[in-house]
Amino acid sequence: MIKDVEKQPEAKVRETGGGMKKYLTAGARAIPPSGIRRFFDLVSASKDSSIISLGVGEPDFVTPWRYRDAAVYALEKGKTQYTSNAGMPELREAIARYLEERFRLSYDPAGQILVTVGGSEAIDLAIRALIEPGDEMLIPEPCYISYSPITTLGGGVPVGIETFAENGFKLTAESLRAAITPRSKLLILCYPSNPTGAIMTYEDLLPIAKVVEEHDLIVLSDEIYAELTYGPRHVSFASLPGMRDRTIVVSGFSKAFAMTGWRMGYACGHPDLIGAMLKIHQYTVMCAPIMGQVAALEALANGMEEMHKMIESYNQRRRLVVQGFREIGLDCHEPQGAFYAFPSIRSTGLTSEEFASRLLHEAKVAAVPGHVFGKGGEGFLRCSYATSVAQLTEALDRIGTFLNKIRLF
Amino acid sequence: MNEFKSKILDLLKEDARLSPAKIATMLGAEEAAVSAAIDEMEKEHVIVKYAAVVNWSKVDDEKVTALIEVECSPERGRGFESIAERIYLYPEVKSVYLMSGAYDLCVEIDGKNLKEVASFVSNKLSTIESVISTKTFFILKKYKQDGIIFEEFEDDHRLLISP
Repeated sequence: MIKDVEKQPEAKVRETGGGMKKYLTAGARAIPPSGIRRFFDLVSASKDSSIISLGVGEPDFVTPWRYRDAAVYALEKGKTQYTSNAGMPELREAIARYLEERFRLSYDPAGQILVTVGGSEAIDLAIRALIEPGDEMLIPEPCYISYSPITTLGGGVPVGIETFAENGFKLTAESLRAAITPRSKLLILCYPSNPTGAIMTYEDLLPIAKVVEEHDLIVLSDEIYAELTYGPRHVSFASLPGMRDRTIVVSGFSKAFAMTGWRMGYACGHPDLIGAMLKIHQYTVMCAPIMGQVAALEALANGMEEMHKMIESYNQRRRLVVQGFREIGLDCHEPQGAFYAFPSIRSTGLTSEEFASRLLHEAKVAAVPGHVFGKGGEGFLRCSYATSVAQLTEALDRIGTFLNKIRLF
Repeated sequence: MNEFKSKILDLLKEDARLSPAKIATMLGAEEAAVSAAIDEMEKEHVIVKYAAVVNWSKVDDEKVTALIEVECSPERGRGFESIAERIYLYPEVKSVYLMSGAYDLCVEIDGKNLKEVASFVSNKLSTIESVISTKTFFILKKYKQDGIIFEEFEDDHRLLISP
């Protein structure tokens, strides 16, 4: 007993005064409030119903009725219990079959697949299971906003790697190599990319895999937009030679199946890694909600036609928006995945923040300034095209008028 | 029907005012090809008309719509063709379908009021020789027509900005 007491670290002396913040952990204090949240507050505060928002990171489709109906029926039948921690076995089996068919990934539903509360939980679990204080997480940017704060929360060090429009916002082996240190542990890949719409082909990924092998890295591949590609089909990083055991694939139902509010995601990978994530998952959330699991099962079993219709519709709007930006004089690299266009606003001489704020107030169009997505995002604007053709057309008109106005002065 | 044409139809069905240029952009095709396909479909009567979908219950001068089940005896050699024609030529008749099941023709008719519809049925429809019987059903409220929901509801519940 006495030995145990001796092992206890010395209690830190708390500062006195100054509110409640002194009770917070260093991690909780270190993470900045989300830049998107700040912009959200700005937009909401204006309470102007004439605003057209291109700032929404979710489909404009309501979950197809077929999936909703399956969940409603399950509720009527009294399916209101916990499920197995890793998720309903039927759902894990369906996910395994789906990944095999669509992306040539093969995972054992017992032990290699974990159903989570959205892709977000899977990302959190993976980082928690793998990052210790001082470990470096390599993050190609601009990227989705969660990776860096979650890393910081666990004492890890996020290392942003800038990607460029000239390269289609792809990660290159050279820039990856340049960012690696002896503390580098985890590389995050988020392709198709939120916010840039970039994808990485097999040829693009191959040199990355080589570096990963050389430096003994683990890869967290966030493939939530895998179904939403408009040229070459998505290639999962885990399908590259030698990468299966080193890769945790994270995906889910939010984007392709229009199921954001259900919070249904999953992670797949080596049993040792998934097993550790499962431990954290069972102590923290127990299991993903059963209604969502039922709806997801229906989506995989009978809902692919609905999914393909939605993808076709995004593709039509993608072409419209890219062409629209080019016509009003904004450079826009061609997004090949997800549902975002990422035009450059550098020609205006304004910063992303200035441009987005003025666009909101003067032209009544909301879009997310690129700098909130990290390095390389300054000078760009994230515009979601998951909104109606009529709204997109009107938004492009308004942006065009706004550009003419600021170019006159 | 090829895939290109059916994609054009899908877009026009949602918004008949989309220009060929815009359709071409959305489908990643040439504008000339889209225009040619539309011309062809107009000529072939695949595209019959570009009409507005109206919610008449919002218009002050209301009207009534009825569905009429018509049982009739077909003519030798011509089946239901000539009787259908006799019915659909009346301007107040909106649609006529040949049905399987308990009756033969389904007739949709618009009238200013109940009386007008009743007079059509008794004076015009029932007096046609081969008509055996009719059953009239008045439409009380339209919820959805041709895939378009008439009820007004907030269809975008999304947050204005999300990651």
